[in-house]
Amino acid sequence: MNSSSATTSPSVLERGLHTLREKGDLELYANVFIIGIAVIFTLWQGTGFAITLATVFCIWAILSVSLNLVVGYTGLLSVGHIGFFGIGAYGMAILTSDTSYELLRTEAIPQFGWPFFAALPACVLAAGVVALGVGAVFNRFRDDIYVLVSFGFAIIAFNVFLSWRALTRGAFGIHDVQRPSIGGWQLTGDIEFLILCVVFLLIAVGISWFLVSSSFGRVLKAIREDEQVAQVFGYQTTYYKLAIWVISAMMAGLAGGLFGSFTKFVDPNSFILLESMLLVSIVILGGLASIRGSLLGALAFVLLEEGMRFLPFLPDEFIGQARQVVLGVLLVLLMLFRPQGLAGRYKL
Amino acid sequence: MIETDDITAAEDGNGAADVTHLLELVDISVHYGAVVGLDNVSLAVNEGELVAVMGPNGAGKSTVLKAIMGLAPVVGGTVFLRGEPLDVATHQIVKQGIAFVPQGRRVFTHLTIEENLRMGCLHVSDRHEQERRLDSVLDLFPILRTKSRDYASAMSGGQQQMLAIGRGLMAGPDVLLLDEPTLGLAPIIVKEVFEKVSEISQVLNTTIMVVEHNIKGILDIADRAYVLNQGRIAHDGTPTTVRETDILTDVFLGRVDEEAEE
Repeated sequence: MNSSSATTSPSVLERGLHTLREKGDLELYANVFIIGIAVIFTLWQGTGFAITLATVFCIWAILSVSLNLVVGYTGLLSVGHIGFFGIGAYGMAILTSDTSYELLRTEAIPQFGWPFFAALPACVLAAGVVALGVGAVFNRFRDDIYVLVSFGFAIIAFNVFLSWRALTRGAFGIHDVQRPSIGGWQLTGDIEFLILCVVFLLIAVGISWFLVSSSFGRVLKAIREDEQVAQVFGYQTTYYKLAIWVISAMMAGLAGGLFGSFTKFVDPNSFILLESMLLVSIVILGGLASIRGSLLGALAFVLLEEGMRFLPFLPDEFIGQARQVVLGVLLVLLMLFRPQGLAGRYKL
Repeated sequence: MIETDDITAAEDGNGAADVTHLLELVDISVHYGAVVGLDNVSLAVNEGELVAVMGPNGAGKSTVLKAIMGLAPVVGGTVFLRGEPLDVATHQIVKQGIAFVPQGRRVFTHLTIEENLRMGCLHVSDRHEQERRLDSVLDLFPILRTKSRDYASAMSGGQQQMLAIGRGLMAGPDVLLLDEPTLGLAPIIVKEVFEKVSEISQVLNTTIMVVEHNIKGILDIADRAYVLNQGRIAHDGTPTTVRETDILTDVFLGRVDEEAEE
C-alpha cells in the first residue's frame, strides 16, 4: 500500500463531515430522522403520548419561532425570552383564577375569574407591554452587551415570579389553571386542547412568515448584517428592532398562556435561566433565520425531552440531566460541523 | 470651479452657507476622544460637480463623508445642503438628498441583488417610482440585471461595488458620496469603476463627492480636488493645479508636517 496516498486522500469520516458542511441535504435527512422518531414513539407509546407530544411541540414551536424572529432574523441574541413566556403563563394562571380553585390553595391571590379566551389576549398584551418597556432600554445595546442585559431580564423575571407572592404564590406556584371553554363547550380534553394549540401555531407561523417575507423582514435581515448601512439608507433601525422585539414577546406570551393552561400548574421553576438557554439552543439547532428550522428544532427538543423518559437503561433521577447533556453535545457537534444549524442560513 | 477663498468669501462671518453651493461644510470639527479627526474643515461642492477628496491614511478623508452622514462625532461646524442646515440624524439624511456608498462596499450579502437595490429607496412611497428607479439602475449596470435574483454574497468584489453604487443611486440623490470605491479591486475593475463613476456624473448629472486613494484614476475624472492632511485641508483646486504642485508628494511623504513643526 502506498503510504503517501493513504495519508493525503480524505478518509471516509472526513468525506462524511465535508458532506455535512457543504450539502444542503442534511435538512432533509434531519426532517426524515426526527419525524421518523416521532412516528416510532407514537406507535410505541400510543395516541395519548402522541397528543401530549404534539401539544408540547406546538407550545415550544411558537416559542422558538418567536425567538428566531429576534435572534435569527434581526441578529439580537436574547437569552431572556423565557421571561415573556413566564408572563404569559402567570397571566393565564392569575387571570383565570376564581374562588372554586382558591379552596385548594394555602395562600390567597387576587380573584379575577376571567375565561380562557379573555385571559389569553391579556397574556399576549401583558408580554407586549413589558417588552415595549424593556425593549426601549435594550435598544441602546448591541452584541455581547445585549446578551448580558437580556440575561439580566431573565433573572429579574424569575425573581419577580418567585418573590411577588401576593400575585404568584412564590415557590408554591398556582394550581388548577383553567382549560378553555367556548360557551358551554368545555375544551378540557387533550385532543381539543391540541387542536387549539395547532390553530395558534399556524397563526404564529403565518404571521412570522408574512413578516419575514415582507419589506419589513428585508430590513430586519439588513439590520442583522449591517445596522449602520441600514440607517444610512433611511431606516430608523431602533423602531424596527423594537417592533420585532414586541411582536416576538407577544408570541412568547401566547405560548406561555397555552403552557399555563395545558400544564394546569405554573411555578417559577419552569422559567429559570436554563430554560431560556434551552430555548436559544433549539433556535440554533434548527437554524437561524429559518421558521422551518425552528419547527424542526422544537420537535427535536420535545422528542428528546419526552422520549428519553422511555430509555430503559437510564435511571429516572438522571433523565433531566441526560437531556441537557445530549442537547449540549448536539450543539457542540453542530457548531463544529454545521454552524448554520439544521435548516438555517446564518452562522451564529 | 471654486477655491477655498470663494467659500470663505461666501460666509457672512456667522458660519452661514452660500446658497450657490449644493453641499457645503463650514468649519467642521470632528474629535474621536482626544484624537482630532477634522479641524475646522470647510469645503463646498457645486451642482453637477465630481469632487475628489484625497490624502494619506489618517488625513480625515472618510471622516469628511462620515461627518456629512452623521456617522462621526462632530463637535463644531455645520453641513449645509442647498443653503439649509442638514438634519444630522443619519436615517434622515438620505431623505434630504444625500446617499452614501460606504468603504468596503458593505452590501447585504444575505439579500438578493434586487433586494439590496430596493433597500436604497425606502423613503420613496410611490411604487411606480421605485420600479422606474430599479429599471434605470439595472440599465446602468447590466450585470446586476442578469443576476438580480442571486444573493449578493455570490458576486465578485467588483460586482459588489457596482451593486453598492447602484443601491446609492436608488435613493435618487442630489449628492452621491463614495468612500474609496476602488479599494481592494483588481486594476481592470478599478478602471471600470472609474468609468462608471464618470458616466454617472456626466450622463445622469449627479453631483458626486468621492474619497479615493487611486490618485491618477480619480484626477482623470474629477472636476475639482481637495487634499487633506492631518484633519485639515492642505490644498484645493482643479486636477491640473493638484498635478502641477508638489502637494500630494509633500503630504504623502510627510513634508507638510515637517514644515509645520519647523
